[in-house]
Amino acid sequence: MTGATLSERRETAAPAIELKGISKAFGPVQANRDISIRVMPGTIHGIIGENGAGKSTLMSILYGFYKADRGEIFIKGRKTEIPDSQAAISAGIGMVFQHFKLVENFTVLENIILGAEDGALLNRSMAKARTELVQLEREYGLNVDPDAVIEEIGVGKQQRVEILKALYRRAEILILDEPTGVLTPAEADQLFRVLGRLRAEGKTIILITHKLREIMEITDTVSVMRRGEMTATVKTAETSPEQLAELMVGRKVLLRVDKAPAKPGAPVLEVENLRVVDEAGVERVKGISLNVRAGEILGIAGVAGNGQSELLEVLGGMRSGRGVLRMRGQVMDPGADGKARRAMGIAHVPEDRQREGLIMGFHAWENVAFGYHDDARYRSGMFMNNRALREDTAAKMERFDVRPPDPWLAAKNFSGGNQQKIVVAREIEQNPALLLVGQPTRGVDIGAIEFIHKQIVALRDAGAAVLLVSVELDEILSLSDRIAVMFDGRIMGERLPGQTDETELGLLMAGMSEAAA
Amino acid sequence: MDFLTILQILDSSVRLATPLLLACLAGLYSERAGIFDIGLEGKMLAAAFLSAAVAAVTGSVWLGLLAGIAASMVLSGLHGLASITFRGNQLISGVAINFLASGLTVLVAQDWFAQGGRTPSLGGDARFTGLTLPFADALAGVPVIGPVYAELISGHSILVYLAVAAVPATWWVLYRTRFGLRLRAVGENPAAVDTAGISVVGLRFAAVAICGLLCGIAGAYLSTALQAGFVKEMTAGRGFIALAALIFAKWRPWQAMWACLLFGVLQAIALRYQNIRLGEITIPVQVMDALPYVLTVVILAGFVGKAIAPRAGGEPYVKER
Repeated sequence: MTGATLSERRETAAPAIELKGISKAFGPVQANRDISIRVMPGTIHGIIGENGAGKSTLMSILYGFYKADRGEIFIKGRKTEIPDSQAAISAGIGMVFQHFKLVENFTVLENIILGAEDGALLNRSMAKARTELVQLEREYGLNVDPDAVIEEIGVGKQQRVEILKALYRRAEILILDEPTGVLTPAEADQLFRVLGRLRAEGKTIILITHKLREIMEITDTVSVMRRGEMTATVKTAETSPEQLAELMVGRKVLLRVDKAPAKPGAPVLEVENLRVVDEAGVERVKGISLNVRAGEILGIAGVAGNGQSELLEVLGGMRSGRGVLRMRGQVMDPGADGKARRAMGIAHVPEDRQREGLIMGFHAWENVAFGYHDDARYRSGMFMNNRALREDTAAKMERFDVRPPDPWLAAKNFSGGNQQKIVVAREIEQNPALLLVGQPTRGVDIGAIEFIHKQIVALRDAGAAVLLVSVELDEILSLSDRIAVMFDGRIMGERLPGQTDETELGLLMAGMSEAAA
Repeated sequence: MDFLTILQILDSSVRLATPLLLACLAGLYSERAGIFDIGLEGKMLAAAFLSAAVAAVTGSVWLGLLAGIAASMVLSGLHGLASITFRGNQLISGVAINFLASGLTVLVAQDWFAQGGRTPSLGGDARFTGLTLPFADALAGVPVIGPVYAELISGHSILVYLAVAAVPATWWVLYRTRFGLRLRAVGENPAAVDTAGISVVGLRFAAVAICGLLCGIAGAYLSTALQAGFVKEMTAGRGFIALAALIFAKWRPWQAMWACLLFGVLQAIALRYQNIRLGEITIPVQVMDALPYVLTVVILAGFVGKAIAPRAGGEPYVKER
């Protein structure tokens, strides 16, 4: 008896996960270099780092997606080989990926049992999963309808299904990769409550995120990764967001955008009763009216998929809508005509730089020409003046600190932040009267975020109007001079950044009326 | 048109629909697992040749059937190797298989039998013959039910009954078994299957193997049951019509059966009414022969509505970073 309790005590004292000297290279790129961490059971451990710092690679090694070149993994003190996901699952590791791994046209129940069925026939597995689901629901407050089809439920619910999948497989260690990226603030709070309950039940949680606020809010310990290395592991209570940011980037970073109060002038863009119907016949924008004045940034907040993208696309001339658009008092045709928009002085940094902003296989200098390739400055007679274009690109790259500053490099070979800088440079340097910006810092590292924000503010200070669409509330709050919140194709309300907070905006984003908010 | 004529056309429809149905179900397994297969045609052709050849040489239609299945499964394995293991383009691999089968069957047939790319005519035990179901003769006299049973339901070769039985069997496998759940999942989102700890490669190879098995039976049926021997290009686009039926059926087994029967009826009508006289004009036989193919295009273009293919179909699975 005594022996059993002793060994039990030793078990609980061992870390739930211990990684020793993990290294992994993809060709010449060293994604992970000699990484060691210990995560104690019953804690939430945060891993923070910029894009490409190697967080996801490390977790993929832990989940058996990749094999480490060197290093050892210990689960509950026992050395464990994890050659594939099956091994990870049997070692008690569950993973909630950033992009959910769900079968969209299956029901919740089918997704949960997939790969964890009992026997060759489905009937028994389904019945068993159904009873167990009720129990898990009660235990952790994770309620979802087991017969709902995945594509018909919201992302918050889909994420619960992912967590339930892991719990159904008896996971003791739960890894969540950027779990709040797609959630409203209210849904994120709910998620954190669930994580808190899981921790109280003795589960170990690893939270991968680039959001400092989340780290500070929920984790017990935090590790910082930079360029494939673990730069520090600290107790959350003993650190600060500023210190973590510095550890991530390797230099001091300004977390707040430094900007003078706006001096708004005359309206540049006026939109009246704009309606947009998409390809499937669904009305995505349901009668929006707004205006953006010279020298101000109007931020449009909202959870992805509430019509902001369509609004931006119509304004940028990528899609046609119905309604009245006026640019500096002049009426614009709401049809899809990007060229006409550019002629009116509108520049557009689209939401998805890889699909809409750049052609990934083309050289940087070719990408810099897009949309402006007919301009006199890039032309000589009926031919393009490629030399002028390349020189211009090199100059832009220098001004916008694009690394490496090589016009001949294909767009796909730049990091996300540098790709975005190329797009932003191309659009901002047209000196537009109106800049449309969608998700300017999605998948962009902190250092580049700071730079891009500065450029947008500088353009505002030079007297341009800026319409900013972002799903990152932090970004909206710190950059905007005025905030409009969109929900279900409508504007739920307008607020001033100094006079509102995330809670109020979060309620508006979730469709609560002004009165309730 | 009298009752007996209708029965005869329907009877012929069933015979003509059988290879389509087997090939269609073959495609269903493969495509539901995310492997597009336009090589159904080539696999059927190879199976038709080898089963007829082996049946002619050995005198046993059963050995012929096995040989046909083997030929089809070898080509399936090739498709699997190209598209699953080496993550090649599934359309190109399928086209290659069609060309390979088309050329190789005639070449080998000429080499073995020297009859201009045919196999010798099959007879006796080297051919599948019709089974007379119990009481068919006894019931033949009963009005309506009797002829329907004796003419339409009874008297087909065993492969016809096998094809019909494969429909509910496929439904049951897809929707009631663990294998079916995983098969459907791997065609929709292989990443979900992979992260659940199941082998994507293993599942897809299993699906492709089933596809080869069914295509093999379809091909053997063509040369040893529907006709008595192999002739050049005898599949005549049936693999593609089966694919059309699969899309028409939106990748579901029961609907696949109805779609194949529809195409079977079209072929039967074309076969029976070779020269239709409309007043003074005689519609040439070529028009009637082309009719099933023309209607295939019309049906696919106009009546299918929105057919949503398995979402991961056609794309090799590569683990993302």
